[in-house]
Amino acid sequence: MKKVNIMEHELVPEHYLLSEEEEKELLDKLQVTKDSLPKIKRSDPAIKVLEKIYGPIKPGRVIKIVRKSQTSGKFIAYRVVVEE
Amino acid sequence: MIGPEVQKRISSLRFALLSPDEVRKMSAVKVTTADTYDEDGFPLDRGLMDLHMGVIEPGLRCKTCNGKVDECPGHFGHIELAMPVIHVGFVKEIKDILEATCNSCGRIKLKDEELEIYRPVLEKSILNGEESLEALAMSKKIIDEAAQRSVCPHCGAEQYKITLDKPTTFRENGRKLSPKEIRERFERIPDKDLIFLGLNPNTARPEWMILTVLPVPPVNVRPTITLETGERSEDDLTHKLVDIIRINQRLRDSKDSGAPQLIIEDLWELLQYHITTYFDNQTSGLPPARHRSGRPLKTIVQRLKGKEGRFRSNLSGKRVNFSARTVISPEPFLSINEVGIPEEAARELTVPIPVTPFNIEKLREIVRRGPNPKGEKYLPGANYVIKQNEKGLKQRIMIMEKNAEDVANKLEVGWIVERQMMDGDVVLFNRQPSLHRMSMMAHRVRVMKNRTFRFNLAVCPPYNADFDGDEMNLHVLQSEEAKAEARILMAVQEHIRSPRFGGPIIGGVHDHITGLFLLTYKNPLFTKEQVLHILSYVNYDSLPKPVIVDGKEYYRGKDIFSLILPKDLNMEYKAKICDGTGCKECVFDKCPYDAYVMIKNGQLLTGTIDEKSIGAFKGVLLDRISRDYDSVTAAKFIDNFTRLSVGVISYMGFTTGIDDTDIPEETKIQVDEILNDAIESTKAYIDAYQKGILQSLPGKSPEETLEDNIMRVLSDAQKKAGEIASKHLGMENPSVIMARSGARASMLNLSQVAANIGQQAVRGRRINRGYIGRTLPHFKKGELGAYAHGYVRSSYKKGLTPLEYFFHAMGGREGLVDTAVRTSRSGYMQRRLINALEDLKVTENDGLVIDTTDNIIQFAYGEDIIDPTRSKQGKAVDYDAVFSKALGERFFLQIRGGK
Ligand SMILES: [Mg+2]
Ligand SMILES: [Zn+2]
Ligand SMILES: [Zn+2]
Ligand SMILES: [Zn+2]
Repeated sequence: MKKVNIMEHELVPEHYLLSEEEEKELLDKLQVTKDSLPKIKRSDPAIKVLEKIYGPIKPGRVIKIVRKSQTSGKFIAYRVVVEE
Repeated sequence: MIGPEVQKRISSLRFALLSPDEVRKMSAVKVTTADTYDEDGFPLDRGLMDLHMGVIEPGLRCKTCNGKVDECPGHFGHIELAMPVIHVGFVKEIKDILEATCNSCGRIKLKDEELEIYRPVLEKSILNGEESLEALAMSKKIIDEAAQRSVCPHCGAEQYKITLDKPTTFRENGRKLSPKEIRERFERIPDKDLIFLGLNPNTARPEWMILTVLPVPPVNVRPTITLETGERSEDDLTHKLVDIIRINQRLRDSKDSGAPQLIIEDLWELLQYHITTYFDNQTSGLPPARHRSGRPLKTIVQRLKGKEGRFRSNLSGKRVNFSARTVISPEPFLSINEVGIPEEAARELTVPIPVTPFNIEKLREIVRRGPNPKGEKYLPGANYVIKQNEKGLKQRIMIMEKNAEDVANKLEVGWIVERQMMDGDVVLFNRQPSLHRMSMMAHRVRVMKNRTFRFNLAVCPPYNADFDGDEMNLHVLQSEEAKAEARILMAVQEHIRSPRFGGPIIGGVHDHITGLFLLTYKNPLFTKEQVLHILSYVNYDSLPKPVIVDGKEYYRGKDIFSLILPKDLNMEYKAKICDGTGCKECVFDKCPYDAYVMIKNGQLLTGTIDEKSIGAFKGVLLDRISRDYDSVTAAKFIDNFTRLSVGVISYMGFTTGIDDTDIPEETKIQVDEILNDAIESTKAYIDAYQKGILQSLPGKSPEETLEDNIMRVLSDAQKKAGEIASKHLGMENPSVIMARSGARASMLNLSQVAANIGQQAVRGRRINRGYIGRTLPHFKKGELGAYAHGYVRSSYKKGLTPLEYFFHAMGGREGLVDTAVRTSRSGYMQRRLINALEDLKVTENDGLVIDTTDNIIQFAYGEDIIDPTRSKQGKAVDYDAVFSKALGERFFLQIRGGK
């Protein structure tokens, strides 16, 4: 079977790994701690793809997700990686 | 009272089984007497009202905690069962465990090596309380697999098929397993195996699912009610417990005296029945236990379950004081912000007014009037005065005619007067189902004669109210905070536009639209006398400039309407009556049908005011005014146009009847010809199909092609017949005025009355159900013709043939069933959705959506941080409005120029 890169599918939004500085900036801007961000499982297929690029992604790292939005065109969300 | 300093967050909840020992330990008394009170009305010792289980009668003290009625929380008792009995709530679990475990050694029927791989995950989940879906699926899988084994891998014993005879009888290979046997089997299951069954051995043993001891709830839970006659009436649970104890006693006696096995089994079965129905009196397969009167008893499950259950009725729903409910009726002379309230209700409902040096004289006067002031005109009295003594203790004084004068004189600053409602008080007004926030809005009170709540018809759409017997609820606000909040956030005028679609939801309906149509269409002339009549209800500055026709002064309809428009309003748009069929190309303000609305500097120059202008949901004029001016102006505009249009329609008169749809004889013949042709055409298609020469449409079978063609031919014919009939129904026809202006009904409705009803459908296709090969026995089997499948050729006015009538009923019924199904289903979905979303909020500074524990749910509300109420049909910016304001006249010229 042919392997598919799911990130190329049009229904899968773009996922980016934030650097530590970017993480800090984000949390400062939102005035929240990491545990109030939405979560994404480490086993998520999108994380698996990112791991191919960056190597293992530890729980606690923040992922930036850019999706298409009906109302605003483009919309940015963040998720913190969790173990299960 | 628990103070705020001991508030704690619940981190987890765990459910466990009660062991027989625990039941005995928490029990205050062993209940053995199947009765409640003795002849003197004193609770019997060891009876169901034993004083150890709490007190419900004032004067007595609890024998367990020595508390009085309000102090004792109640205590459990217990009943020792003569024989074990199955707990209906666990029947499914009992069956699973019976199937999964060995009938002789009690082990799960899987090899240890098969089992142990699951242990780590299950231990984490079950022992540490981290309930996970994975663990749930795992134990389900283990049980399913173990149930398949016909030989025990541990002891080699043969296993048999377990069946369940609903509700509580288990059989093994057809032989009945008594609860006692089941219990013995469960006792053999080792603790270490329990985890694979999803049980935590520290808190639950499977044999506890078979009852040997039954807890008796405290008397507070099942209080005795004393009727007005002095007669005592016991709670349903007590009745049931009496049955249980009585049968239990007989079973024990029979057992002890060595009665025949058959009798013992019958009694045992009966005990099982009583205990089952004690838990759930709607167990399928069991006749419900009934009260002497024949009413089914309300037992434990019935107390909790469903709409009337403890959860939905008492815990999520609360009943309140200071509320009223009655039938609603229309009152066009009230502002949209007002609500008319019957005097009877106003006298009963009160507002607390603190006495201050500034209002004390006014309040004295009100108190002096007492609870029932005389006189033709309504004046508020007072029902209670709350007196505050030196120690800050509050005392309620009921005001009666006798003491009114006295209390009024004694009134002091700091007291509170509960004044009856008067004009201007703020109330919340609500109609169920409360599906959106406009279902509950704040109105200002107007106390009126007669016994209905009344409001302006423009407020019907947000409440989805009509006056065919609808009732509504009203709540009088009590605190200053509540009043302020309601006035600012919930006032009707703040809800003219809906967050549902970013347009007006409060606006003209029915006669409002007809009335303004009559006033503005083709700009009719009115004499001064007529104008003064029409305008007598309206607030306006001065009469418009008259026009001179034949030497007499007249006023034009459009000028009259312009009186209520803001003076700096500029707009252009197509009216509802412009259906685009009349003209090849729009000529804008030169429209021969008067269908192009042009407003310059608050003057309606051309066009007709109809649904498109002022209708709820569709009114663009209303929409613009509510956006560009404040809500007070918008509310005034609605008040004014409703009054104006009621003035017009009642002065000019407007009526409709069946003769609106009369068409000339020769038109009827024309319609007949069209319909005949259509029938012939369907026949031709059927013929072609039967000869096998019908050309199939791409991607369709010949059958589908035939169906499509027949449906198309018939609906084309209906359209054509309708058009021909409509030609004779002109703009002077009241039914047409209503249909074209958007006030009510449609041209299709009219053509169905005048010309042809058309094909009836069920499930979107021609009617195809009924008998084998045909819809009704009046047709041949396999007949394909129009009439055999629900075509209704007649018009409503002509009347339907019996066969047509039958098909019409089939089509009509589908609609009714659909709505019935849809409302219940969407109601349930709405409830779930609201429960999930109710405590989310949008943060003030950055528009995050967060929950009560500050978790971020969405990083920007709606992804664009736009309040849908202020949006233009969901869009953030109303470009047309912006451009027309910036460019003025040039913008309109540009649209007219087509660019
Ligand atoms: Mg109704
Ligand atoms: Zn007590
Ligand atoms: Zn065995
Ligand atoms: Zn036109």
